[in-house]
Amino acid sequence: MWIIKRDLLLAVRRQSDVLTTLFFFIIVVSLFPLSVGPEMNMLRTMAPGVVWVAALLASMLSLGRMFSNDYLDGTLEQMLLSPQSLSLLVLGKAFAHWLVTGVPLVLMAPVLGIQYDLPAEALLVLTSALLLGTPVLSLIGAIGAALTLGLRGGGVLVSLLVLPLYIPVLIFGSGAVEANMSGVEFSAHLSLIGAFLLVTAVFAPWAAAWSLRVSLE
Amino acid sequence: MLQGINLACVRGDRELFRDVNFSLKAGGLMQVRGPNGSGKTSLLRMLCGLSNPAAGEIRWGDVSIRDMDGEYYAAMTYIGHLSGTKDDLTVLENLRISSALAGFEIGAGQAKEALSHIGLRGREALPVKVLSQGQRRRVALARLLVCKTPLWILDEPLVALDVSAVKLIQELLERHLQEGGMVVMTTHQEIEITAASTTQLHLA
Repeated sequence: MWIIKRDLLLAVRRQSDVLTTLFFFIIVVSLFPLSVGPEMNMLRTMAPGVVWVAALLASMLSLGRMFSNDYLDGTLEQMLLSPQSLSLLVLGKAFAHWLVTGVPLVLMAPVLGIQYDLPAEALLVLTSALLLGTPVLSLIGAIGAALTLGLRGGGVLVSLLVLPLYIPVLIFGSGAVEANMSGVEFSAHLSLIGAFLLVTAVFAPWAAAWSLRVSLE
Repeated sequence: MLQGINLACVRGDRELFRDVNFSLKAGGLMQVRGPNGSGKTSLLRMLCGLSNPAAGEIRWGDVSIRDMDGEYYAAMTYIGHLSGTKDDLTVLENLRISSALAGFEIGAGQAKEALSHIGLRGREALPVKVLSQGQRRRVALARLLVCKTPLWILDEPLVALDVSAVKLIQELLERHLQEGGMVVMTTHQEIEITAASTTQLHLA
């Protein structure tokens, strides 16, 4: 899909956008051990929650850019007038957004997990939960970004709209790691996140495409 | 055939126009005229399906464009006030991406040919952000050379263009009309375009 290629090419030309998201994630996660102190047991219990909340915030930070640049220079207009399905274009854009913001977070998470003294197996669960969960964040975020397109103060509004919808992913994402650390089976949590991913992959592009048409009218 | 039946446009609580009727046949040119704020751009956005008319219907062939979606978009090219180009991409990338978006995937050679025809030879590898306003306009208009759609909807295509570019666009439009295409355009400049039939639509 060339729309993915285009968005990746744009991200390469504007690396600062990508790096700010990643560094935001790294810094937020690193602040906790520094402020709470080196209490190993407490850090271990906090870790999954902190990493997930930081991932939510970091992925939300870049949502504003998903459509607004295209809106301002008129390329979004052309996407709406494309004979290709708008839902597919939105799916492509959400996938590109995930590649640019989600994947670096997933790759960084195990390194940051070490700061919290997580055992190796828990790190693996954390990474796989993030791998399944971060695309959901991009997909749900696409709806929020499309709805708030062109509004003043859209950035704050998008967080109010989108963060509540992120809650299920957050609960099961950090739940998987906690289950693993307390020696319980964690695969149910991961399956549920996988189910969220499938449902949002089908419905979110359609909802976002519809909101884009409303926003541009 | 493009047909507008009793179209009306309302912005806020102000009615911009109502009972606008026209029909455009193959080879026909329609020039939309009227003072600033009379609803020219609103009409054009309706014609390309970006917004819905407050009343009335737009038909392509015999079918309302609201029921057509992709099929209508494949037959139409819209160039609006916004250039639809990405500042960070090069001229060549912009043209190839925007025509792929319109359903016409072209190779680098074909894109270069179109760009040199429109007067951007040697500028293919420059990012669009370093170009002048007129050159950006040319990048947007280069799409008309590669996208072979029967209906062109052009909103002020001549803004920021120099004399030679205006002449180039004029020739381009005439050739398109001769080949049986249709053009709907707005412009404040006086331009002579010979067409099989020319309609003037005045919005008060």
